[in-house]
Amino acid sequence: MANPKYNAALDRYEKHLTEISSQEMVLNMGPQHPSTHGVLRLQLITDGEIVKEVVPHLGYLHRCFDKHAESLNYGKTIPFTDRLDYLASMNNSHAFVMGVERMLGIDHKIPKRIEYIRVLVCELNRIASHLIAIGTYGIDIGATTPFLWCFRDREHIMNMLEWASGSRMLYNYIWVGGLFYDLPVGFEGRCAEFITYFKPKLVELDEILTQNQIFISRTSNIGVLPADVAINYGVSGPMLRASGIKCDLRRIDGYSVYPEIDFDIPTGTGAMGTVGDCWDRYKVRVDEVKESVRIVEQCLERLQKDFQRTPDFDPRALVPKKVNLKAQDYYIRAENPKGELGFYFVTKEKSDIPLRVKSRGPSFNNLSVISELGKGVLIADLIAILGSIDIVLGEVDR
Amino acid sequence: MTFDEIKSRLISVFGTELIRKEEHSGLQPAIVIAKDHLISVCTFLRDTEQLYFDFLSNLTAVDYEDHFTIVYHLSSLPYQHNLVLKVELEANRSLDELPEIPSIASIWRTADWHEREAFDLMGIYFDGHPDLRRILLPDDWQGYPLRKDYQEAEKYHGINIK
Repeated sequence: MANPKYNAALDRYEKHLTEISSQEMVLNMGPQHPSTHGVLRLQLITDGEIVKEVVPHLGYLHRCFDKHAESLNYGKTIPFTDRLDYLASMNNSHAFVMGVERMLGIDHKIPKRIEYIRVLVCELNRIASHLIAIGTYGIDIGATTPFLWCFRDREHIMNMLEWASGSRMLYNYIWVGGLFYDLPVGFEGRCAEFITYFKPKLVELDEILTQNQIFISRTSNIGVLPADVAINYGVSGPMLRASGIKCDLRRIDGYSVYPEIDFDIPTGTGAMGTVGDCWDRYKVRVDEVKESVRIVEQCLERLQKDFQRTPDFDPRALVPKKVNLKAQDYYIRAENPKGELGFYFVTKEKSDIPLRVKSRGPSFNNLSVISELGKGVLIADLIAILGSIDIVLGEVDR
Repeated sequence: MTFDEIKSRLISVFGTELIRKEEHSGLQPAIVIAKDHLISVCTFLRDTEQLYFDFLSNLTAVDYEDHFTIVYHLSSLPYQHNLVLKVELEANRSLDELPEIPSIASIWRTADWHEREAFDLMGIYFDGHPDLRRILLPDDWQGYPLRKDYQEAEKYHGINIK
C-alpha cells in the first residue's frame, strides 16, 4: 500500500463528513441533476435551507484528453479538442490550431480569407454558446420561454455551421494551416439574413428576461464575486469581466484578425445590485452576444468585399503533410466563450506526436470558485450561482 | 517588463544561484529555479509592484522520463506581461515515494485544483496543499496515468477496462 500521507486528505475529508453536527445534513446535488448542467456532483453540507459548505466532485465525464493527445498527431487531436467545450467547438480548435501554427512559424502566412472565416465561425459559435448560457440560466431560475427562444435562434447557427462543416456540433473544421473546406457558396448571404433576423430577437430577449422583476430579484446581489477573489482563483472570460475587470484576450493578445475588427468589451456595472453578482454575469453575456453580432457583420463585409471567393482559392494549400517540430514547449491561450482556454504543448524532436499536451479549460477554473461563492447561501441561490458560472462539464473534466 | 528585466529583478533579490538554467529553445523563454525558493519567489512575483503577477494561467507537470518538470504560467493582468517558471524534480518512480514540491495554493488559489490534477494524473506530491485528493479519477484509482511508465490495470472493481 502506498505511503499513508498520500491518502491523508481523503481521510480528512471522510472524517469531516462524519463529524457534522446533528442539525446539519449532507445533501447530494447531482450528478444527475438538471441544474448542474451536466454530470457535476456537488456535495452540500446544509443547515436547513442554508448551504454551509460546497464540496464539488468532478471526473464523471473524464475522457483522458491529455493522454489521448500524447498518442495522436496534431491533426488527429483536433476532433478531440471539439469535444472539450462541446458548445463552442470552433473556438477550441481555433486555439489549438493557432498554437501549432505558431510553433511551425506559419501563422503569419495564413491567407486573410481563412483568418476571417475562422473568426466568423468562432463568433457564430460564441453566440450559440452564450444563447445556451442565457437560455438555460433562465430555466434554472424558472423562466421557460427564453430557453425556447434561445434554442430556436441557436438552431439557425447550428444549421449554418453544419452547412459549412458537415456536422452540427463537433465540426473538425479549422485545420492546422487552413480549413476543411471553403465556406459553401451563398453562406455569406444566408449569414447576413440570419443577423437581420436575429437583431430584433435580442431586443425581445432583453424585454422578457433582462428587465424582468422576478429574474432581477433572483439574481441581483446574489453570488457577488469581488475582482480580487476572481483573479486569485484564475477566473476568466465573462465571469471576470462581470467583476469589473476589462480583460479580453482577443484584445490583449490580438490574435488572428481581431486587431482589425472593432468591438467593445462589456464589463459588469452593478446596475441592478453589486458589481460581480449573478445579474452582472448574465448581462455581460447578453452584451457579448451583441458585440459578436457586430464582429460577424464586419467579417461578412470583409469577406464579401476584400477577400472574396476566387476559383483557385485552396483553403488546404498550407496544411502541412507532416507537422515536423523541434523540441520545444509553448503555451497558447485564446478567448473562448467561457474564458481563457489554454493549450500547453511539449513537442518531441522530429515527431508529429507531442510529448505532452495540457488543456487549461476555463470552466475548470471558473468552477473552482463555487466553494467560495456557495458559503452561507440558500440552496435555491446556489442554483442561481452555478447557472451564472456557465460551466460545460466536457471542459471541466476533459 | 521583458523576460530579461524580470530575470534581473529576480537575480538582484535572490542571487544568481536561484536560476538553475534558462530555456530559450522555443517561442517562450523559461526560467528553471530550485524548488527550495519556490514559495518565496512566487510571493515576490505576486507582491512586487512592478511585477504584479496576479494571475496564474496554468500549472502542469511534464514527465520527461529522466525527470519531472512542474511548469507555472504566470501573467499580470494590469501590465500584460507573462512568465514561464519551471521546477525540475528528480524522477522517482516508486509509488510509495512521489516527487515532492511545495504547494503554491496559498499564493494563487488557482493552483488548488491544478495541483490536485497534477497529483491525480502525474503523481506529484504538493507539500502543504490544503486538500490533496484525486480530482478527476476515482479516489481508489491505482497509479498515475500520465506517467510514461504507466501500466493500465486489467480490472477496476471487477470490471474489465482493457
